[in-house]
Amino acid sequence: MTKEQIKDTILEIIAQIIPDEDLSNLKGDIPIREQVELDSMDFLDIIMELRKRYGIEVPEDDYIQLATLDSSVAYLEPRMREL
Amino acid sequence: MAARKPSEARIVITGVGLTAPNGNNPAEFRKSLLAGKSGIQKCNIRYMGEVLAGICHFDTLKYQKKKELRRGTRAGSIAIYCAQEAIADAKLDLACLDKSRIGIYLGITEHGTVETENEIYEIKQFDYNVKYWSHHHNPRVVANNPAGEVTLNLGITGPHYTLGAACAGGNIGLIQGLQMLLLNEVNLALSGGVSESTGSFGIFAGFKSEGALASHPDPEKACRPFDKDRNGVVVSEGGCIFVLERLSDALKRGAKIYNEIVGYAINSDATDFIFPNAERQVECIKLALNKAGISPEDIAIINTHGTGTTEGDPVECQAIREVFGEYPHAYINNTKSFIGHTMGAAGALELAGNLPSFEDYLVHPTINLDHLDPECHLNNLVINEPKKIDKVDYILNNSFGMLGINSVVIIKRFEE
Repeated sequence: MTKEQIKDTILEIIAQIIPDEDLSNLKGDIPIREQVELDSMDFLDIIMELRKRYGIEVPEDDYIQLATLDSSVAYLEPRMREL
Repeated sequence: MAARKPSEARIVITGVGLTAPNGNNPAEFRKSLLAGKSGIQKCNIRYMGEVLAGICHFDTLKYQKKKELRRGTRAGSIAIYCAQEAIADAKLDLACLDKSRIGIYLGITEHGTVETENEIYEIKQFDYNVKYWSHHHNPRVVANNPAGEVTLNLGITGPHYTLGAACAGGNIGLIQGLQMLLLNEVNLALSGGVSESTGSFGIFAGFKSEGALASHPDPEKACRPFDKDRNGVVVSEGGCIFVLERLSDALKRGAKIYNEIVGYAINSDATDFIFPNAERQVECIKLALNKAGISPEDIAIINTHGTGTTEGDPVECQAIREVFGEYPHAYINNTKSFIGHTMGAAGALELAGNLPSFEDYLVHPTINLDHLDPECHLNNLVINEPKKIDKVDYILNNSFGMLGINSVVIIKRFEE
């Protein structure tokens, strides 16, 4: 996957988890939870989707890496590059 | 007649919200019952394939966001829809009410079966590795879930819980609300029952293994209580929630008062896991009549519990003949013949289907009754066509469940 594809995938997962939110203006460098209603259970849904879809495990210590869209892409790129 | 109680000790119905397989509000439901319109359809259930079921078609997004739907349960969604509709019907403005004095009491047959089956199905795709088990599982399966989801949706901070009472749940939710109002624990009760049983293959498979799952080439003819050719239960989902208030409070706020709950009883067979017991049903009906301070001849309509099983229907008919045999005034019907068995919702939902009789003096029938089983003979059984009657002062509602739980509720025409 390219970085752009990874970003689209993350956005698609988030859209599935918080379907009432408008993600079209989501800024890449601001924490996602400051821009849309996404609580801790929703965040765990993102972790679960990554696990189910791509077999990616995100250890709890790394959760902070998924705070913004940009940091998520940067963190996931090495793990999704070969997909 | 019993002496008139003070208005603080009289509990009235001031709102109704419901969803049934053949109607999503009391008016639609009533119209279907009078028109003989069934709500049973074919659907596909995991592992079972095609089965017959009663599915509700209410607008799930009317009161919930998509995220709430995704996170919650079908029973929660049904409960929220019914609670919101009931509050709107009662013309209550929640913003002006003390939300800590509102109680939510919902009968359920079971809860958590659907969600557990879904999770096991899901982790099967991952070789049963439990790290794929959802973090939403526990809040979905706790027994208070359907009532709790109502509190989250409406911001109600009073007590909420469900009452596990098998297929008597709907009546028992109603009785619990009444009792909490009489104890002055709350000022307003959202009481009734809900069911999401159609989402569980296990419930269908369980009835099938018992030899008690209805089948028929025409889905709408599958649920046929009292008919010689009945062959079991049609599993359905549904919900019905009543707004209950003390008469004194309802009068104070100028509420439209539908009816009064004057009699109720709950007892146990203590004889079998599945098979009912006519003697205990008789006792339960008599207890409710005594509580209401009336005699069998006062009852205008009896909504039977009859589910369409070979074993169960004759037992209830025997109990009714024993209590009402000498007083053949009551007209008798069956609502499951239209909507199947809505399980935890059945008691409340079937009652809601009958309450309009106080206004229109029509008794909806039991449908699909082509060849009456002689063991199910009842005086004044209303068969296949509605019946116009002259007097409706009291309606009696039977609702019985597995493990031998019996419940009866008696509703009276409202008179100040």
